Amino acid sequence: MIYTPIIGLEIHIEPNTKSKMFCACPQDHFGKKPNSQTCPICLGLPGSLPFTNREAINKTIKLGLALGSKISEFSKFYRKHYFYPDLPKGFQTSQKDEVLCLGGSLFGKRINHIHLEEDAGKLMHVNNQSLVDFNRSGCALIELVTEPDFHSTDEVLAFTKELQLIARYLDISNADMEKGTMRLEANISMLNAKNSNAKLPDYKVELKNINSFKFLEKAINAEIVRQESELSKGRKIIQETRGYDENKKTTFSQRVKEGSEDYRYFPEADLPPIEIGELKIKNLKLKIPELPQAKRERFQDIYKLSKDYIEILVSDLNRANYFEDVIANGMKQPRLRSLHSLHSFAMTVANLMINKHLDTDYPEPAGLARKIIELEDRSYESAENTEEAVRQVLQTNPEIIKKYQNGQTQVLSFLIGQVQKILRGSGNPKLIGDLLKSKLEK
Amino acid sequence: MNIPLTIKETQDGLKSKKFSAVELVDAYFSQIKKYNDEYNIFLTLTEDSAYKKAKEADKILSNKDIEILSEKPLIGVTASYKDIFLTKGVRTTAGSNILNNFIPPYSATSVLKMENAGAITIGKANCDAFAHGASGENSDYKATLNPWNKSYVPGGSSSGSAASVSANMSLVSLGSDTGGSVRQPASFCNLVGLKPTYGAISRYGVIAMSSSLDTVGTFAHTIDDIEIIFDVLRGQDGFDGNVIDFEKKSFDKNSKIKLGVAKEYFGKGLDSEVEGKIEEAIKIYERLGVEIVEVSLPHTKYGVSVYYIIQPAEVSSNLGRFDGIRYGNDRSFFGDEAKRRIMLGSYVLSAGYYDAYYEKALKVRTKMVEDFNRVFSHVDAIISPVSPSTPFKLGENASNPLKMYLEDVYTTTANIVGIPGLSVPFGFSKNELPIGFQLLGPRFSEHRLFEIGRMFHKEINYKPRVAL
Repeated sequence: MIYTPIIGLEIHIEPNTKSKMFCACPQDHFGKKPNSQTCPICLGLPGSLPFTNREAINKTIKLGLALGSKISEFSKFYRKHYFYPDLPKGFQTSQKDEVLCLGGSLFGKRINHIHLEEDAGKLMHVNNQSLVDFNRSGCALIELVTEPDFHSTDEVLAFTKELQLIARYLDISNADMEKGTMRLEANISMLNAKNSNAKLPDYKVELKNINSFKFLEKAINAEIVRQESELSKGRKIIQETRGYDENKKTTFSQRVKEGSEDYRYFPEADLPPIEIGELKIKNLKLKIPELPQAKRERFQDIYKLSKDYIEILVSDLNRANYFEDVIANGMKQPRLRSLHSLHSFAMTVANLMINKHLDTDYPEPAGLARKIIELEDRSYESAENTEEAVRQVLQTNPEIIKKYQNGQTQVLSFLIGQVQKILRGSGNPKLIGDLLKSKLEK
Repeated sequence: MNIPLTIKETQDGLKSKKFSAVELVDAYFSQIKKYNDEYNIFLTLTEDSAYKKAKEADKILSNKDIEILSEKPLIGVTASYKDIFLTKGVRTTAGSNILNNFIPPYSATSVLKMENAGAITIGKANCDAFAHGASGENSDYKATLNPWNKSYVPGGSSSGSAASVSANMSLVSLGSDTGGSVRQPASFCNLVGLKPTYGAISRYGVIAMSSSLDTVGTFAHTIDDIEIIFDVLRGQDGFDGNVIDFEKKSFDKNSKIKLGVAKEYFGKGLDSEVEGKIEEAIKIYERLGVEIVEVSLPHTKYGVSVYYIIQPAEVSSNLGRFDGIRYGNDRSFFGDEAKRRIMLGSYVLSAGYYDAYYEKALKVRTKMVEDFNRVFSHVDAIISPVSPSTPFKLGENASNPLKMYLEDVYTTTANIVGIPGLSVPFGFSKNELPIGFQLLGPRFSEHRLFEIGRMFHKEINYKPRVAL
């Protein structure tokens, strides 16, 4: 391929605040009766004024801190003007200069900035009529803008999935694409690899209304294919906004942008500037929990679980917490300690959670720990049979033994698995582990 | 009955049963019926609710003793509101045809505070459409006439508010002051008018003209009454993020007051009769032991220019919501002045011009703030003209918008800088038209300005007068 995709992202996240950005109406509008959550402020009625929601500011700062952004000590809102039926004031209160968070990165992709703004209402077109629902109007909305650092759909997917996870860990949003609490716009262009002098192409196509990860993958791939085919035919690509047609599996033109739009930005005088002191930043920093990547590394270090298991647990903070609660509970019990090392117990718990979904059956972590004692007491194979199985496994896997003896100690899990296979899973993992180790290290 | 002209006389009369609140409301409405058609003062009357409120007042006063005044300091006080104050269930036009059918679903904070304090709403007063103007002639509902002489304008944009008080149709009135729209009509109608510190009174529910300049102002016959209303209205309401609560500052009555006279305020363009009157006022202050200090506000000369960049910019933004989708009427219902300001404002905010105009105006604004801070570090207040002239004739400036804009030369600075200004009535010109001056003080110095104004009125033995 002579063309390299150049992709930058604009990601909107609706924070899970109690109220909207500038009024007391509920922020959560999903599935609510149209126009049932409005007031003079979010309807933009004459005479109404905005009043800043501090919770939204704090949640935005938390996201910035988690991504290594620089938090502005002094931040301002701006008015961004355009006319649209779902924008009741004729302007959107947003940020321009002096945004809340500057810079930062995730998975090596640079973040330009993160700012806070208000959402618009929703238009619906029914039977030749256009209807406006203002429930979403004025809702707090965090916008994260990346640099054009992405070169493949996979990179975009990995970044957005991780961002979603971080938002959940921070408890700032559920960031559900399907529910619209996370929305993505991708600016896509193709760089001719031969033309190595140009850092960035001189156009970009904005891909909008992407509302699921599945969609995201298909839409970006389709757009890359389209641009490549256009360019290889020697055609110039028009700067425009495009959507994705699921049926035709292609993107289609929505709006052609000529030059840049003039939003007539100016500072929002109705809102006093936001001053963020060092103390506030310090306090918010203390509220940042362990983030997914740190958790993955810790699970690897402490529990020595496989990558797949770690990913499954880390991708759901509740399950990860449950997992560790079971470990903590179980390791306090002498019976389990006598049967298990930390590693083998972690393997057992993870296995029961992931393959048998026992966390659903035992909502209390202590319940699962008790269940494990019950399972182990009932069914362990005798030491004699276990020793026999270990002997067989060692005999049939000389290659693996060599690996272990060369320092690749992680093959131990494989060997334990082989022994369990012979014992139909009824072996005592700790005993197997101990036996294997004593033989291997002889 | 003779309608009393102060809050105290009104409440004394009610408490002593000289008259009832219902009789009082009768008297105001009979005055309105007699003159309103001729002078175009009220756009909407709220007779039913006024009588209901008056009956309530009579009931409260018959049950309770004098203590009621701490709870309801405005009991029995009739009030009119410039028609940009939202009144729940009562048509609010902003003086513009674009809103000629708009019935708001909520009331402005200041209206609610007045009503909770016992005030009786008489009706909604005429004004320049969207408060754009200095004469009342930009109203889409015919110009209000000056009750002192109907060939003259009452000033603007709070034209109907000022006229309603000087025509004795309401005891007090609320207006808005974005560039002088309370102080100038107060001066043209022989009233006291207050433009408070930006951030002293909530603007919630007042149709926005220019968000960084708008303030809720008050009209009354005396400074005492202005103070009572100011204390009712000030303070946070949880809806205007710029409002702060502040304590009434007491000051040493024996300390010598220093009054600044800015040389930039006197000279070309100032009517000699107005200038003479200010000089007379300065002499009276000197007689009272006030020290007169010459001060300099070098950036004052840019005031009108800064004002006519920032204000139209914010106007163009604030009027964007009248896009024809809601409120019934489309944009063709805007008057010429609104269209002029939308165009001016859109221009100065557009890409490539923002830095040259808006951004630069903000920088000059900062310079002006510095000017005033410097001056207020050594004087208590500044005395200045309100308007360069006495009231002008209807139609005199109407065809020349630029000349009309210069009407604001002495008033806009207070809005640009965010400081309070008190318009103090001081007699009449040779042709029997009202003249006044204004006192400007540092932010949140309203109570000090009241003291300085009061000592003047006491000295000249000022008595409230109505025109009709």
